[in-house]
Amino acid sequence: MEATQQKKQIMKKALLDTLPVMAGYVVLGMGFGILLQSKGYGFGWAVLMSTMVYAGSMQYVAVDLLGSGVSLLSAALMTLMINGRHFFYGLSVLQRYKGTGRWKPYLIFSLTDETYSLICGENTLQGPQQRLYDVFVSLLDQFYWVIGSALGGVLGSVLCFDSRGVDFAMTALFVVIFTGQWLSTREHLPALVGVGVSLLCLLLFGPGGFVIPAMAGITAALLLLRGRLEKGE
Amino acid sequence: MTGFSHSLLLVGVVAVVTALTRFLPFLLFPDGRTTPRVVVYLGTVLPCAIMGMLVVYCLRGVSFSAPPHGLPEAIAVGVVVLLHIWKRNTLLSILAGTACYMALVQLVFA
Repeated sequence: MEATQQKKQIMKKALLDTLPVMAGYVVLGMGFGILLQSKGYGFGWAVLMSTMVYAGSMQYVAVDLLGSGVSLLSAALMTLMINGRHFFYGLSVLQRYKGTGRWKPYLIFSLTDETYSLICGENTLQGPQQRLYDVFVSLLDQFYWVIGSALGGVLGSVLCFDSRGVDFAMTALFVVIFTGQWLSTREHLPALVGVGVSLLCLLLFGPGGFVIPAMAGITAALLLLRGRLEKGE
Repeated sequence: MTGFSHSLLLVGVVAVVTALTRFLPFLLFPDGRTTPRVVVYLGTVLPCAIMGMLVVYCLRGVSFSAPPHGLPEAIAVGVVVLLHIWKRNTLLSILAGTACYMALVQLVFA
């Protein structure tokens, strides 16, 4: 039947597209689970955090916070700073997620860096098909993350192959999407603004605190360039 | 307050604040009302810019002064970009770039 055939094709596409994320998430998830386990928090905690928080960098920081006696307020503020960039992800998929019905809350909840990249990289599908793709990608990505965390929590530190450098898959994914976007448009100014402002903020604020200023700076710069960029579209 | 309940509350706080950062744009600009044109405009230009930011973010820890002076990253990123321009195959570019980086980090620059 035509409809189920299409559905299967989209599922297959989502599966293939998320393979790089699987590599990164399973390994990083395992790292998280192992780290958590070493602090005395078993695999149940790993699964809980990966299901309810679902934010890689923040989860790693949280391992440090647990049992450190930090106040709940400090934890809340740190989370706001570290995950603040998600606000800008949501801002840029407002249109795309319009009318996505009962899946909308989950789509919003599961918007991680990698899921966001894959979503933005997919512009060929339309309407319900695109929605299907977005949902599959979001579900698969979280599935990999939770499985990885559970495995890490259970296996402890028994890793049988040298996996040093495998998390470069994540960097590679972002570079591929960036390159793809660059090749598909003549207007390179947004991309250049993104890189330029980020590098500037990296120099000014250091690796630990440059993301929020960079996001603010990028938004400000793009708003200033609106006259030039909006007409050119 | 026991260690267990404090930990549980901590996880809860982190989860809620994280969800907040994700849901806030959708709460500020709900479906029913027309999204302000400036927000629509940002939706068209932000993704490209954010992707640039994410690449910088991934490479933020690279040090040019200390060995290996960012060479594994530079080479691997170069491989990814060139291969992608040539073959336009996402999976291939990522696999090749990652394999290249792992080999460089484990064998060449170890």
